[in-house]
Amino acid sequence: MSAERTFFNEMLDQSGQPRPAYSKLNDWLESKPPNFLTRKSREAETIFRRLGITFAVYGSDEATERLIPFDPIPRILSASEWRKLSTGIDQRVRALNAFLHDIYHRQEIIRAGRIPADLVLQNEAFLPEMVGFTPARKVYAHIIGTDLVRVAENEFYVLEDNTRTPSGVSYMMENRETMMRMFPELFQIHRVAPVEHYPEALRQTLESVGPDPAKSEQTVVVLTPGIYNSAYFEHAFLADSMGVELVEGRDLFVDEGKVFMRTTRDPQQVDVIYRRIDDAFLDPLSFQPDSMLGVPGLFDAYRAGNVTICNAPGTGIADDKAIYAYVPDIIEFYTGQKPILNNVPTWNCAREEDLAYVLDNLADIVVKEVHGSGGYGMLIGPTASKRQIAEFRKILTANPGNYIAQPTLALSACPTHVATGVAPRHVDLRPFVLIGDQVRITPGGLTRVALKKGSLVVNSSQGGGTKDTWVLED
Amino acid sequence: MLGRTASSLYWMSRYHERAQNIARMLEVANRSTMVAHGTLSSIDDWRVALLSSGCDLGYQAKIGDVSPRGVTSYMIFDKDNPSSVRVCLEQARNNARSVRTGITAELWEAINTTWIEFADVNPQSITQDRLPEFLSWISQRSHLFRGALLNTVLRDDGYHFSQLGNFVERADNTARVLNTQYWVLLPDSDVIGDGSMERHQWTGILRALSGRRSYRFAYPKARLTAFNIAEFLILRKEMPRSLAYCYDWIDDVSDDLAQFYGGRQPSLDMAADIWRTLCQTEMRDIYQNGLHDFLTDFIGRNNAFSHQLSKDYNFA
Repeated sequence: MSAERTFFNEMLDQSGQPRPAYSKLNDWLESKPPNFLTRKSREAETIFRRLGITFAVYGSDEATERLIPFDPIPRILSASEWRKLSTGIDQRVRALNAFLHDIYHRQEIIRAGRIPADLVLQNEAFLPEMVGFTPARKVYAHIIGTDLVRVAENEFYVLEDNTRTPSGVSYMMENRETMMRMFPELFQIHRVAPVEHYPEALRQTLESVGPDPAKSEQTVVVLTPGIYNSAYFEHAFLADSMGVELVEGRDLFVDEGKVFMRTTRDPQQVDVIYRRIDDAFLDPLSFQPDSMLGVPGLFDAYRAGNVTICNAPGTGIADDKAIYAYVPDIIEFYTGQKPILNNVPTWNCAREEDLAYVLDNLADIVVKEVHGSGGYGMLIGPTASKRQIAEFRKILTANPGNYIAQPTLALSACPTHVATGVAPRHVDLRPFVLIGDQVRITPGGLTRVALKKGSLVVNSSQGGGTKDTWVLED
Repeated sequence: MLGRTASSLYWMSRYHERAQNIARMLEVANRSTMVAHGTLSSIDDWRVALLSSGCDLGYQAKIGDVSPRGVTSYMIFDKDNPSSVRVCLEQARNNARSVRTGITAELWEAINTTWIEFADVNPQSITQDRLPEFLSWISQRSHLFRGALLNTVLRDDGYHFSQLGNFVERADNTARVLNTQYWVLLPDSDVIGDGSMERHQWTGILRALSGRRSYRFAYPKARLTAFNIAEFLILRKEMPRSLAYCYDWIDDVSDDLAQFYGGRQPSLDMAADIWRTLCQTEMRDIYQNGLHDFLTDFIGRNNAFSHQLSKDYNFA
């Protein structure tokens, strides 16, 4: 089967006419000389490089810093499309937080038989240390990036929930800044919902979950693994735009169950840690003993209720790929409502009949590692060679429990600047959600675009780019 | 402010200052290869550059024979040389990057662009005829860094730490340049030979500390003498690379820092002591007690100050 299947074109309808949300952009694009976008792209690249908006690429000898390609043509969502999406996201993140609270307490959903006990309790992402502990406001996942794809006018699917430490929000913000600098006239003819409030909303969210709500001022910090981490720019960006300290593990210490940072003066107590390091590295005393990134004693301070860690340790279970298939049940169980956003149908290769189907249809489907991320270790059947499929078949049969599979979705496409001009390229969407005293969703999010013709892989580590994402106001 | 942030701002400035100093030393050595000067071989000028920058031992171990090509490549591009321009610019940038939140966008752009452009340069392309232009580019970038810092950074504790780093490094550099050739600056050296060799070495020292022109203004009627040059570079407060100027600045900043924090730490008193010594000393006294000893003692005290500062303010 060819990768050139039919897909939903977000700008043009079947007769080649621009859809209403895109009509002004389409006119504007047609009015520009052929070289215009090439010149603008180069301008944008210079801006990004000078500002140091880079990410590190792993796998080469030295982690080198690279730019994520930025596409200057915005992706546009209408107000009504966004309303539906945001309602669906709101429902989903509330249900996931309820699920986390439940599995670390009474485990009603397991008792009710709606999800297999083993799948939760034997899951690597389930953290027994969290059992019985209740974080402030019962919120576990404070920052979520919900990955969505679109396949038709009114058909969106949730691909992943990213409840650990989703990244990309700095690109959402910088993309918008760059667009406003480069194309002010476009913003004059559109009513684009702003994204600039995100840092303020993040700070409010973090302050609202401090361990002692009576305290009038919460000291918030961003915890980074350091300058060699792939998302370091974002960590610095967020700390800077929130006006809080960016700390490394060695800047913090625990004394009598409380967390402090080392300053040029007296130690200062820390109330809320927005951590951008994984559970395993948080605290060498409780988890990985050889971790240099974390803070000894941090987890005990957390359990003693003296500091809030965002996202909570153990939230990874909510975006585990094996749990994913049960999210519709989770939503129904905790909200009593039907899910507003669809899940992608998923075959669990641990199940024999699912595995048989997957092996018979490898050329047509996508197979992913249960615990993988970043687009590594996956097979995209329709674009893979015969040899790649044969090799993957061996890997899959050796350890089927490590894989899930999904149908290849015909991702929607948006107009994108390419060597030959403007052409449709496949996109996904990651809106950013904040959960604290309320649920805050920034309109839009990060659109990732597969720059290669026909490609469905949008990951930046695999040659994907990003676009500014506009939600139009009514 | 985090102790690590203070440390990063301090070292960011030190490394940028060092990159500029290294570039200037190489300019001097390179210039001397183009000027005839009696019996002195130009190789000696390259050796002086290695000695003044503290790169001599590392160079001996890794490269060996002193040659213009060897010294320039070791002092500009070598990743194994902790004082090469490359390593200085990279360290300055890494320090800046780790306090990205504590510096202005203008300052970050100055540092980051310098590093990006430097890293793009192919060492092979810097042939001897392109060297002067390249070295002057490095100095220019360092001036841009300092200009961005002085013009945009908030005058809080972070600024103070950056200034301390800048002037501790500069004072160290000046003292080392002088100490490497201190015998040239002894008063007796006025009378040996016909003086052409001395003149060459004196102008070399002045150039290495960008004082060639300003000396003329500071001593309008006098010819070049060892006494004046030493006084100019050690005790004259108008000379922006003199030890006195550096500690005048450090002392002011120390007072500001003490005021900012509402208390003095031991290191700040050490700085005040060094400053007082420089104020109360005359060039005659320095010669009497020995120029070499004076400079060696100064380098030690400057270092001890830096150490105590790291302790007092929890540099990590």
